[in-house]
Formats: sequence, C-alpha cells, structure tokens
Amino acid sequence: MEKLINITLKVWRQRGPQEKGAFETYQLENISTESSFLEMLDVLNEKLVKERKEPVVFDHDCREGICGMCSLYINGHPHGKDQEVTTCQLHMRRFNDGDTITIEPWRSAAFPVIRDLMVDRSAFDKIMQAGGYTSVNTGGIPDANAIPIPKPVADEAMDAASCIGCGACVAACKNGSAMLFVSAKVSQLALLPQGKVEAAKRVKSMIAKMDELGFGNCTNTRACEAECPKAVSISNIARLNREFICAKLKD
Amino acid sequence: MWLTSSSVGRKLIMSISGLFLILFLAFHMSMNLVAIISSEAYNAVCSFLGSNWYAVAGTAVLAAGVFVHFAYAIILTLQNRKARGEQRYAVSENQGSVEWASQNMFVLGAIVIIGLCIHLSQFWAHMMLPELVGSEELLLTADGTTYAATDGAGLISYTFKNPINVVLYVIWLIALWFHLTHGMWSAMQTLGANNKTWMPRWKCISNIFATVVCAGFIAVVFYGYFA
Amino acid sequence: MTSIPGLFAIGEANFSDHGANRLGASALMQGLADGYFVLPYTIQNYLADQIQVPRMSTDLPEFVEAEKGVQDKINKLMSIQGTESVDSIHKRLGHIMWEYVGMGRTKEGLETAMKKLKELKKEFWSNVYIPGEANTLNTELEKALRLSDFLEIGYLMAIDGYNRNESCGGHFREEYQTEEGEALRQDDQYSYVACWKYTGENSDPELLKEPLDYEETERKTRNYKN
Ligand code: HEM
Ligand code: SF4
Ligand code: FES
Repeated sequence: MEKLINITLKVWRQRGPQEKGAFETYQLENISTESSFLEMLDVLNEKLVKERKEPVVFDHDCREGICGMCSLYINGHPHGKDQEVTTCQLHMRRFNDGDTITIEPWRSAAFPVIRDLMVDRSAFDKIMQAGGYTSVNTGGIPDANAIPIPKPVADEAMDAASCIGCGACVAACKNGSAMLFVSAKVSQLALLPQGKVEAAKRVKSMIAKMDELGFGNCTNTRACEAECPKAVSISNIARLNREFICAKLKD
Repeated sequence: MWLTSSSVGRKLIMSISGLFLILFLAFHMSMNLVAIISSEAYNAVCSFLGSNWYAVAGTAVLAAGVFVHFAYAIILTLQNRKARGEQRYAVSENQGSVEWASQNMFVLGAIVIIGLCIHLSQFWAHMMLPELVGSEELLLTADGTTYAATDGAGLISYTFKNPINVVLYVIWLIALWFHLTHGMWSAMQTLGANNKTWMPRWKCISNIFATVVCAGFIAVVFYGYFA
Repeated sequence: MTSIPGLFAIGEANFSDHGANRLGASALMQGLADGYFVLPYTIQNYLADQIQVPRMSTDLPEFVEAEKGVQDKINKLMSIQGTESVDSIHKRLGHIMWEYVGMGRTKEGLETAMKKLKELKKEFWSNVYIPGEANTLNTELEKALRLSDFLEIGYLMAIDGYNRNESCGGHFREEYQTEEGEALRQDDQYSYVACWKYTGENSDPELLKEPLDYEETERKTRNYKN
C-alpha cells in the first residue's frame, strides 16, 4: 500500500577530491513508499534545483541492479541494509515516517571522492585491464557441447560472474581490501576451460595491480560477502589464494 | 620476493606462522594436563625439555615464529589502516554474519603477547633460563618457600594460589580463544584450503579446537588454584 | 568500417546477422558474435591501413570548429539561467513521446507531437536552469547536453512516423490496419531504406532514400498468427 512519509536526510557533501566535506541535513516531505531510493534522491535534487542550489552528485545508470554504477553507504551499510540488492533496487517502503537517513560515499583510500557521493572506482578497471580477460583466438566455431563442463562448475563460474563491480565489498571492508571483487573476476575465468590457459598469468598480474593500487590485505572478516549485492561468496577468495600460491610456487 | 611483496604472500606468512603456533599450543596444552595427573610426571617432562639442544632449538624456532607473526601483524594492520583511508564512516552498522573476533585480531593478539610476557617472566625465567645460564638459582618467594628450577609443578601451584594471576591468565586465555576461533579457519582460507563445503567444517573445527586448548590451559590454572 | 574512413561500427551498431531489430537479446548476440568470431579475423586488416594515417593535429580547422561548437553549446546552456530544471523538461519530453509517439500512433497524434516538441525545444533553449559551473563536475549540465540530443531525436521519430503512411514492424499507424487489426503495409510507396539528413538548427531534416529491390525472393507480410 502506498503511503507518504516525511524523512530527514543527512547527506555527505564534498565539492572535490581535495576539499573538505561535511554533512548537510535536508527535510523531505510526502515521499511515496512506492518510490525507489534513487527516485527519492531525484526528488531531493529537483527540490534543490528549484531552490537554485547545486544538486547532490551520485552515481547511477541502469537502475535495475545490473550495471554496478550506483553506490551509497546508507545508514551504515553499502547499498543499504537490505540483503542482495543494489541501492537502485532499494525501496522507500523500507523506511518509516520520521526516519533520519545518513548517506555517505564509499570510503576507501583507493576510491577517492570525486564529488559528494560519487567516488572514483577506476582502480577496478585498472585491475581488469591487468588480466581480467581471455585473449581469444577462436578459430572455427566449436560444437556447442564439444567441451563438456560439469553443471556445478558452470554454476560456480556463473555465480562468480554475477559480480557487477560496484565496489561495495571494498566499502564494507575495514581493511579496504578488494579481494572479493578480484576473486570473483579471477574465478569466473579460472573455472572454465577457455580461461584456464592464462589462469596463472592472470592471477599474478591482477593481484599485483590490486596491491599496487593501494587496496588492503584481506583478513577474512567476511564483511564483503555480507554486503555484496550479488552474494558473491568468499569461497572465491580461497580459490584466488589457491590460484595465486600455486602460480607462484610453480615459478 | 612474492611472500613479502604481495598481499596474499604476506597473509601466507601470517597463516603459516599462526598454524605453527597453533601446533605448539596443542603440544603445550597436552603437556600441562600432565601436571593435573601427577606432579612427578610433569617435572619429568619439564626436565626432558630442559637445557638440551633440541629444547633450545625448539624455543628459538618458536620465538622466531612469534616474532614473525607479531611483526607481520603490525605490518598488515598498518597497511590496512592506510588502505582504509583517513575518512571514516559516520554511521557504521555490524553486518550480522561478521564475527567480532575477525575485526579485532590485532587487539586480541596484543593481549596474547602481553599474557605471554607475563607468563615467560613467571615460568620460563625461573625454569629454562636459569638452566641455560647455568645457575642453580632457586626461586625464593615472599612466604619463604623455595622452588627449584626443575620443580615446574611446584611453580604452577605457587603461581596460581594468587587469585590475581588466575584472573590474568583467564583473561589471556579467553583472548586466545577468540583469536583462535577466527584465526584457525582464516589460516585455512588464506592457504586456499577452503570452499563452500569446508567453510562450516573449518569453523566448527576451529571452535572445537580453540575450546579444547583454552579449556585445557584453564583447567591447569584452576587446578593450581584449588590444589 | 563505415562509409566514413576510420570510423568503425561493430557489435550492436552492426546489423548484418540479426536484422535491424536492436531489441535486447539480438543486440547482445550481435555483440558476442562480432566480438568473438568476426573481429579477430577482420579488425587487423582495417587497422593495418590506419597505421599509415598520421596522428591528427588538434590544430586542424575541423577539430577547432568541433571544439568551439561544443564550447559554444555549453556556454549557451549555462547562460540561459531560466526557471525549469533539466529533469522537469525531460519528463515532459517523456510524456509527449509516450502519449503520441508510442507503438500505436496516428496522423493527428504525430502532428500534435511535432508541435509540442517544437515548443518544448524552444522552452528548453530559453528557460532551462543549470546550477553550478561548467568547468567542474556538473551532472545537470551533462544531463542538459543529453536532453538537447533527446529533443532532436524525439522530433525525428515523430516526423519519421508521420511521413510513413503505413504500418510496419514496431510502427503501427492506427489508420493503416487490416480488418483483423493487423499491420497494413504499403509496399508500393515505402519500399526503401532511408535516413534523415540534418539541415540545420531550425529547418526540418531531409529524407534520403535508397529503394529496396528484391530479385530472388518475394516479399511477404509477417504475422504472428500462422
Ligand atoms: C599463541 C599465539 C598465536 C596464535 C596461535 C595465532 C594464530 C593465528 C592464526 C592461525 C591466524 C590466521 C592467519 C591467517 O588468517 O592467515 C592469526 C592471524 C592474526 N594474528 Fe595471530 N596468533 C597468535 C598470536 C598473535 C599475536 C601475538 C599477535 C599480535 C598482535 C597476533 C595478531 C594477529 C593478526 C593481526 C592476525 C590477522 C588476522 C587474520 O589474518 O585473520 N596473533 N593468528
Ligand atoms: S564482489 Fe559483490 S560487492 Fe564486490 S564489486 Fe562484485 S558485486 Fe560489488
Ligand atoms: S544503477 Fe545499475 S546497478 Fe544500480
């Protein structure tokens, strides 16, 4: 049932990477519980523009949980408190009349704030460029079932591939570690025959890049897994460690 | 060298040194239990592990293990604080499934180290050290009783007669318990010896192991207090 | 390579294997097929020639003109300082498109749409409000630049629909239907592929046609009934 609620927002405002940020408080009235969290922010921005103020900058794109653009640390949780949803899939029906909602950007040294709630996640792209691909030389078209892959393996690979690169794992981690992301990207390829060929090289260069970019050392707190909107499991991190240690021992 | 220059390598050092210390703990705990059964037997074990070459070598390796583990704990913790960045979240809520111990491994480890120092000053300094330096020095206590360096069992009952020591040791061992419940499965995860099936198994094994080890140690403490 | 030397179109932008239809899965399949099977064997050939092409200087008159064009557009947008937000105009654009330029459309509806779109475009260029500065990250300016394109393409869709007096594919002109409510084509008039040529800020675009001549096959109407 649609309801209208009044809420107070505490939003992090920061003009640029070098500038000092602070919280600003806004009151919003008559927000429909049917609206999504980002629609609520659109309403806020519309209101700010009407008052001839600068709107709150935040990342978003598909608004259906597949692109990984939306971020936001909402009331102490990346992507809000709901499990397995991205911020764009979060609904205002999860909030009550009179609630105060604190919205912060991802905070991690490797993800500097660009402006307000938007952070620079290009570090993830750099990790991908370091090895998150297969160099295909496909030749002719193979028969669809020429290389049989056991269902459980295909499932594991598919689960790892559901990572959308949003960075919530880094945002949630007290060590600023990117291991869940890197492990998902390494696993989705290492599990399948096409990716196995370059597996050792890939894991070494991706980890080297991750370390170089200033992400932390994983101490297995599992905060990443608890907050990941795609429920990527830390068993991928065990696989990443395994792949890396084996690759290094073989050298 | 990849062991020190990569994050996974550094974690591997933590994990192997940690597992080594775990092995030692298991051994030390079993040895202590002997004290409950018989003082003579315990003293015999102690003298067997006196100032001969293998005990000294063992002690040196152990000290190196503690040192490496501690040094890397400091390095990792500092690096991780840096990676986290200057800005902290204003509001942070626990994520439910996150173990408290996993977020406080350094603090727990620090308590363990302090406990270790106290423990070494109370036992090792009066047992192995005098033998090593070749003195037959006896411990003269406030009430005038003396304990020979070879009388480990006597030292236990003397030390734990003091309730302050009992409390200190129990705090120490509880910290150790928390450290182990996380540390043990975490070490397997770091080694890569984990997956969805083994995750709950390792956690269960860690809990049981930590409980058995710590209960064993605490039993000796209370045995000393009551006996 | 497209008909413009050095400009490549591949993946979703190419329509060789899956028709001109760019709906979800067929676009995706096209991207996969091109990326996996076509590109590894073709791109080198084209790129090899490009090695000979010297690096373009940014002092070339075309470059200077293009840069100035964008800069002028930004300056213009920032200087309007009107009262309507970018989003509110975007929403109005959405309503017009939804109302009159949907799958089912009529001559009258499209006429209304064209009229309303012209007015909206005028309002946008005279009354939009963009806060902040142009030389910092400014999401409102970014949206405004996109919206200016959306207004153009929206108008183009309306004029194209208006021009085509038949029903075909996703274009269903309600005046042109069979008794059973199926799309009614007018192959004698509209058997061509076409594109619209931009003729300037304030004049209507010009239709360029290329006739579709079938020699070996016979044209049929597709329907979902049999
Ligand atoms: C009897 C002594 C100790 C034992 C048996 C032990 C055991 C372990 C084990 C098995 C791990 C897991 C390693 C991994 O995840 O790869 C670990 C982690 C850790 N230990 Fe210890 N430890 C001991 C003492 C200490 C001390 C003295 C410190 C110093 C402050 C310390 C600090 C840490 C830290 C910071 C971690 C990292 C957390 C993690 O990686 O999971 N530990 N320990
Ligand atoms: S692992 Fe999960 S939290 Fe991390 S980037 Fe991928 S989807 Fe986001
Ligand atoms: S906006 Fe695309 S995942 Fe949220």
